[in-house]
Amino acid sequence: MNLLTEALSQWNWYLDGWIIVAGILCSVATALLGNFLVLRKMSMLGDAITHAILPGLAAAFFISESRSSLPMFVGAVIAGILTALFTEWIRGFGKVDEGASMGVVFTSLFALGLVMIVQAADHVDLDPGCVLYGAIELTPLDTVLINGWEIPRVVVVLSIVLLINLLFVVCFLKELKLSSFDPALATTTGFNATLIHYALMTLVAITAVASFETVGNILVVAMFVVPPAAAYMLTDRLGRMIVLSVILAIIAAVTGHISAITVPHWFGYGSTSTAGMMAVTAGLLFVLAALFGPRHGILIVFIRRQFLAWKILAEDIIALMYRIEERDPDRKPDARYLREILFSRALPTGLLLRFLTNQGQITGTNGYYRLTETGRDQARQLVRSHRLWEHYLVEHAGMSAETIHRQAERLEHFTDRQLREKLNEDTIETDQDPHGSPIPPEEQTP
Amino acid sequence: MNISESSLSDRHNAASTADIPLSVYDLTVAYHRKPVIWDVSFDIPPGKLIGIIGPNGAGKSTLLKAIMDLIPKASGRVQIFGKPYQKNRQRVGYVPQRESVDWDFPVDALDVVTMGLYKEIGWCLPVRKKHKARAMEALERVGIADYARRQISQLSGGQQQRTFLARALVQNADLYLMDEPFAAVDAATEKAIVQILQEMKEAGKTALVIHHDLQTVPEYFDYVILLNMRVIDHGLTADVFTPENLQKTYGGRLTLLEEATETMRRREQSL
Repeated sequence: MNLLTEALSQWNWYLDGWIIVAGILCSVATALLGNFLVLRKMSMLGDAITHAILPGLAAAFFISESRSSLPMFVGAVIAGILTALFTEWIRGFGKVDEGASMGVVFTSLFALGLVMIVQAADHVDLDPGCVLYGAIELTPLDTVLINGWEIPRVVVVLSIVLLINLLFVVCFLKELKLSSFDPALATTTGFNATLIHYALMTLVAITAVASFETVGNILVVAMFVVPPAAAYMLTDRLGRMIVLSVILAIIAAVTGHISAITVPHWFGYGSTSTAGMMAVTAGLLFVLAALFGPRHGILIVFIRRQFLAWKILAEDIIALMYRIEERDPDRKPDARYLREILFSRALPTGLLLRFLTNQGQITGTNGYYRLTETGRDQARQLVRSHRLWEHYLVEHAGMSAETIHRQAERLEHFTDRQLREKLNEDTIETDQDPHGSPIPPEEQTP
Repeated sequence: MNISESSLSDRHNAASTADIPLSVYDLTVAYHRKPVIWDVSFDIPPGKLIGIIGPNGAGKSTLLKAIMDLIPKASGRVQIFGKPYQKNRQRVGYVPQRESVDWDFPVDALDVVTMGLYKEIGWCLPVRKKHKARAMEALERVGIADYARRQISQLSGGQQQRTFLARALVQNADLYLMDEPFAAVDAATEKAIVQILQEMKEAGKTALVIHHDLQTVPEYFDYVILLNMRVIDHGLTADVFTPENLQKTYGGRLTLLEEATETMRRREQSL
């Protein structure tokens, strides 16, 4: 804690405040558009465009011999749109798949841009490092006067871009949704999907140019893709996904800057790159979303699967006990015997036996178990499902008697009373399964 | 019946072209200079259910896409109620092939159906309550209103297909193009879809349906188009759905029985 306060003692509301504002503006502007890149499975195209604007920027430096914004914007946006066009074109003519064609286009353009930037650096005050990694820390130093307020130039530019993106997404939400989900329907109902595609790509290029001074040409890809991808893991509604991506983007920006000036101090280093930490934070948020997401999260899926496995094992235990009783009513199996037949491990079997005892389905004396009345009812229904299925599979699905056991074994756990009744209707003429075992009745008659 | 002659004679009957839901003339489509469909010509009668049948790779989906200008035509002409597609596209509704849909997209069934109304709502304007209500009605009509708020990957194959059918219904078109609406649906859904198609027909709509199950063709369709790169034959089911024509269409590769087994297998997989 001491280290944190020590690091934060150098906190300067003016400097750090503006840096965070710039970070938020940039990450929100990119995340808004990024949602549609992710949904269209075009994250790679976003990547390609952000890389390929580099020669556009460099050309603008050469021509205007300055870092003034307008020529840069124009040059970079043209390069970005050309990338989108080239990619389509190479894919159409070259019989190369989309990933490869983008790989060709954007690495070549990026390399060209890099060569030009390094050349330009000799003539113009331009640091290739800044272009690639951004210089968000320098944000507060370059200001413009607006209505007597001294506002960092980057903040002004990013605010305008954010406003444009926000208007675009809000105004064309319906059209973006439709053309992302079903371009064919969009086009056939008069919302030209190609037009919307290029509008989106143009804004991606503009946003990437506006962001290169803050997070740089490379890290901007992370800001486009990672918060929306994390939001995608957390919800299955488009509106919520967009809102969540914005929230995650803000968290990434704020946490990114704070950890950039604090975390390295814990290890005795000076503060590190804010843009880098923003991307790292976004990455961590994605990992968290992937692990703990409510529906697709790895953890939830694992837990759900584990519960299902336990439920099935518990059902297998009582069904087995029923079959043992069927053969020899006096026999009481112990845990070891059950385990050997079910091929289950000691720990889950032991836990489930205790669970079943608590549930009142079995009783145990000296380690030997017996079904209770409730347990027997439950078990009978399982065995009934199993044998009805076996009968059905042989009679109606034409499977041989040797192969049906495993399938019936799976199906019995997912068969409710309603389904059993339907099965019973189809197998009415028999009370034996194909192996000759009796099919027990739904209700035990005394 | 000679196809090109019959379509030409229809064409000369100029007064009726506005009544012909779809007229395709000399249509050729090629991917990478390799033709997928050749010189396809046919007119379809209004107010009928029309099946397009043919083996895999016969160009059935390509034909529908070319009709809707989704892929470029190498040559030929398509007319919808006597006008080029672009002038009359609001009269055409489309049900896509299930493989072409991104089922993980964050939308629910109601959203998907509402998309059929976007054209009517217009650019930039928001979806209003009355639009949602109409989408809901359509979902009720296809019998899945209870699942309106489910994300589409959580619907069964049959429910998914009904969702897209409901979307076509709200479009309130006169000609429907459907790419395998019966693929991967259970028997109950198939019946429900046929029922809805019949109702649409009674309301004077025309539906052009890509179909795979040869056994049900005579039961479902009034009119069939047999396609295998070229139109093998087209006309009333009773006239053209003959073993000889099927032999020509499927090139002897598939017997009826094999086709039926194939369908059974696919349907079982979908259950």
